[in-house]
Amino acid sequence: MQPYATPIERVWFYAFRVICGLVLLYLVLPILVIVPLSFNSSSFLTYPLSGFSMRWYEEFFGSHEWMMALKNSLIVAPSATVLATCFGTLAAVGLTRGEFPGKALVMAILISPMVVPIVIVAVGLYFFFADIGLLNTYAGLILAHAALGVPFVIITVTATLQGYNTNLSRAAASLGAPPLTVFFKVVLPLILPGVVSGALFAFATSFDEVVVTLFLASPTQRTLPQQMFGGIRENISPTIACVATIMIVLSVLMLLTMEWLRRRNEKLRGAG
Amino acid sequence: MNHRIQLLALAVSAALAAGAVQAADLTVISFGGASQKAQDAAFYKPFDKTGAGRVLPGEYNGEMAKVKAMVETNNISWDVLEVEGPELVRGCAEGLFEKLDWSQLGDKSKFVPEAVSECGAGIFVWSTALAYNAEKLAKAPTSWADFWNVKDFPGKRGLRKGAKYTLEFALLADGVKPADVYKVLGTKEGIERAFKKLDELKPHIQWWEAGAQPPQWLAAGDVVMSSAYNGRIAAAQKEGKKLEVVWNGSIYDLDHWTIIKGSKNKDMAMKFIAFANRAENQKVFAENIPYGPTNNDATKLLDPKVASGLPTAPENLVGALATSTEFWVEKGEELEERFNAWAAAK
Amino acid sequence: MNEAAASLVADDGVPLKLKLRRAERAHKLKSVAMIAPLFLFLLLSFVLPIGTLMYRSVDNPELHRALPQTVAALAGWDTQALPDEPVFAALVRDLRKAQEESTLGLASRRLNYEISGFSSLLTKLVRKLPPEGAGVRDAVIAVDERWGQLTYWRAIARAGTPLTSFYLLKAVDHRVNEAGDIESVPANEAAYVTVFGRTFWIALIVTLWALALGFPVAYLLATLPSGPSNLLMILVLLPFWTSLLVRTAAWIVLLQSGGILNGAMIGLGLIAEPLQLVFNRFGVYVAMVHILLPFMILPLYSVMKGISPAYVRAAVSLGAHPFLAFWRVYVPQTIAGVAAGCLLVFILAIGYYITPALVGGPDDQMVSYFVAFFTNRTINWGMASALGTLLLIATLVLYAVYGKLASSDANKARR
Repeated sequence: MQPYATPIERVWFYAFRVICGLVLLYLVLPILVIVPLSFNSSSFLTYPLSGFSMRWYEEFFGSHEWMMALKNSLIVAPSATVLATCFGTLAAVGLTRGEFPGKALVMAILISPMVVPIVIVAVGLYFFFADIGLLNTYAGLILAHAALGVPFVIITVTATLQGYNTNLSRAAASLGAPPLTVFFKVVLPLILPGVVSGALFAFATSFDEVVVTLFLASPTQRTLPQQMFGGIRENISPTIACVATIMIVLSVLMLLTMEWLRRRNEKLRGAG
Repeated sequence: MNHRIQLLALAVSAALAAGAVQAADLTVISFGGASQKAQDAAFYKPFDKTGAGRVLPGEYNGEMAKVKAMVETNNISWDVLEVEGPELVRGCAEGLFEKLDWSQLGDKSKFVPEAVSECGAGIFVWSTALAYNAEKLAKAPTSWADFWNVKDFPGKRGLRKGAKYTLEFALLADGVKPADVYKVLGTKEGIERAFKKLDELKPHIQWWEAGAQPPQWLAAGDVVMSSAYNGRIAAAQKEGKKLEVVWNGSIYDLDHWTIIKGSKNKDMAMKFIAFANRAENQKVFAENIPYGPTNNDATKLLDPKVASGLPTAPENLVGALATSTEFWVEKGEELEERFNAWAAAK
Repeated sequence: MNEAAASLVADDGVPLKLKLRRAERAHKLKSVAMIAPLFLFLLLSFVLPIGTLMYRSVDNPELHRALPQTVAALAGWDTQALPDEPVFAALVRDLRKAQEESTLGLASRRLNYEISGFSSLLTKLVRKLPPEGAGVRDAVIAVDERWGQLTYWRAIARAGTPLTSFYLLKAVDHRVNEAGDIESVPANEAAYVTVFGRTFWIALIVTLWALALGFPVAYLLATLPSGPSNLLMILVLLPFWTSLLVRTAAWIVLLQSGGILNGAMIGLGLIAEPLQLVFNRFGVYVAMVHILLPFMILPLYSVMKGISPAYVRAAVSLGAHPFLAFWRVYVPQTIAGVAAGCLLVFILAIGYYITPALVGGPDDQMVSYFVAFFTNRTINWGMASALGTLLLIATLVLYAVYGKLASSDANKARR
């Protein structure tokens, strides 16, 4: 703020900051409010807290259903991430190599899983997978989740590739490196931050996915979000708060990793 | 790179194998909740002990979509299924369920008549009734007319978000005798009448979808009265909640065992159904949750104290009404659709 | 230059120009080969499934499977006079077979969509199925006189076509009447136009709120020095990375009648009775704006980051009031970001299902809910597909607009 600001400008300046503060509070408050409740000894989800207790965590880790859901999520999400990242990175490299007819359309199709309403994807997959026998299988669930994660990989890897100097590949090739060696020894290390953040996005997408899972998974393939959905629908117990806390910790970890990757990438570019 | 592809192939094949291992078990799908817990104690665990097979329990919300998709594509991962009457009849007509060989299921005459059908064997009799929190209401409601009376009983009411039972309750509240409910509902005017009665109460209704919700809402004071499954209320009573059931105007119905068409474990499924419907096992079930046995011998085995809490106890049947499977088979889809549109309108 | 290049020849005697073209083609082919696996993968696990859904919205297979002979016999029927003896005979044959093959349910479900009560009419006939010989027509009509009415036969003819507009029309509250004309359904049956209207309305309100709340925050983030800005950015990104279910659950805990917010307000003496803040439209808005706000802030931020503060300063130094300068000079430069953010939020909002299902009441449900309802609950897959197809079309149109905006932006940037 300039020292010569008028009183109205001063008031506005502070009012503006207060508004922004309130919006930011609105963004984080719900997330922060649920964490302490998971350590509450009472079974009521209200403040003030009645005492510290780990009983809800014990209940979570001791519950067969929650553990099965966790196991299923840990089968599906990493597999979907690997699929989405491999296909997505390869395609992103292809997309940035140059122009070809229909490129815009291809790009639009590759990104579309992000915008098509999830229920439509779920019902479509449900009909289609029923026809080809992939309903109620892990394979079907993994394929579906991978498709949903692909756009994020494409977007982040293409963005990173935009800053990649293709002369490096040319130099490596001219020195006699076969294309695969060029990719793994030169390109990949440089675009790795983009690939990893794409993979993180894909993982988060799958790990948070509930609608497609509701339609495609058999009762024994319930994932963590699906189990949570059922719980929220019936009764928000402190166990839900503790699952929520675990998921929040996970998202904080992912966020920090992303931030670290971004800074590393900026540094690399600054150096280049 | 080769390494990675191998790893990937390994992961995919491991995932596929994980799906296949379960084929040796008998997948029994129920509606979950308190009833599933009672089934586990009365049917699943004892069946496991017989050595005939191992029950893999699962749950669903009564959607036939999954069953239809499984049967149509011959990709069957469920074996035994708990269904309600209309779904049983419709599914049987659409070829979703196996026809049962009653010679393996015991003497037909030992069961209540509704329990014996082409594709299904009745498991238990349950009831949807008016429930209220005795701690929150000064005066006890005694009928659905009281449920609609917001002047003397102010506060929100819980009703299941669906046409089935809700329309019947509306007509009962409007003064239709239990015996005439389906006659009235069978006419166009009757349906209009039911929806009109519901219009009156609409602003005061909080709709529930899961059976666990009514007891919670009642206990927390979110609603003063609610329709509820009698077994859920009994479970809440056991936890010390002061919830009461009004049997007058309750609607009772049967849940049935059925076998998914094309089940790979049909023989084991038949054995399971026969086992679960034995008098001694149904008795244990009724002791765990107050749902009435379909096997008359089981009723005889029950402690009179347990028996008096069941929907099938003679004193509880006064003013009660049996659901009409025939009516809901015929009109169910149309009315559910209309109800959904009605509920969604302002 | 070109001619000179053409005359150049490589070591192996091939003209250089040709070689270059070959190399370029190989390069392009390689690019395509790299995209192909993903493209095929998405074709299988995304495009084809959605195609299946769209096809199901016009597919009409039930009678073809359950009553094939009747449908064939009705092929040349003029719809004006009662069908002849062979049609009745075909119906009786079909019904007998349908009963054996358990396909009767299919036919009665489909016909009941056309006329309520058709299913019981069919069941009644199956119970008293007459022999196929001469006089079968009268025998069938004797079972129930409705078989002598044209209405029912026209319904069979309508339901027997290979493709049908029934579901798509019904999704916009229309139908084909007896005479074959399209008319709107009676008011008490109309529902889906309202649902579409509500879906767009909720999405619009959510978008406007997200813009109103997101704009100042994006501006703050873009104008603060990078240290504090990065710190505040984490507050925006944390909810972005947090599971949608966690956030929805948190809102229920905060807003429900025995929840934290009501408890706090009662404790402070602001209100006596708890307010209804969730399981209604208010709850839907609060939760959806919360979930979609980062999608507004991030594009706005990236556009604002590129705006030089010099323009506003210049306007102010030329005598413009700071508010006027902001409005006339700064805001127009953010239009691209505003449009991108709004479209993105709107597109995502119209497809919402989980959040309204968990924090809304029955009259707050959007199109997606009905798609799921018809798929799972009533197994009316034609109807689910029709509603889904219309929602998909709306989304894709908006997505195309978004793509146009984004690409013209990118072009500008390149220039």
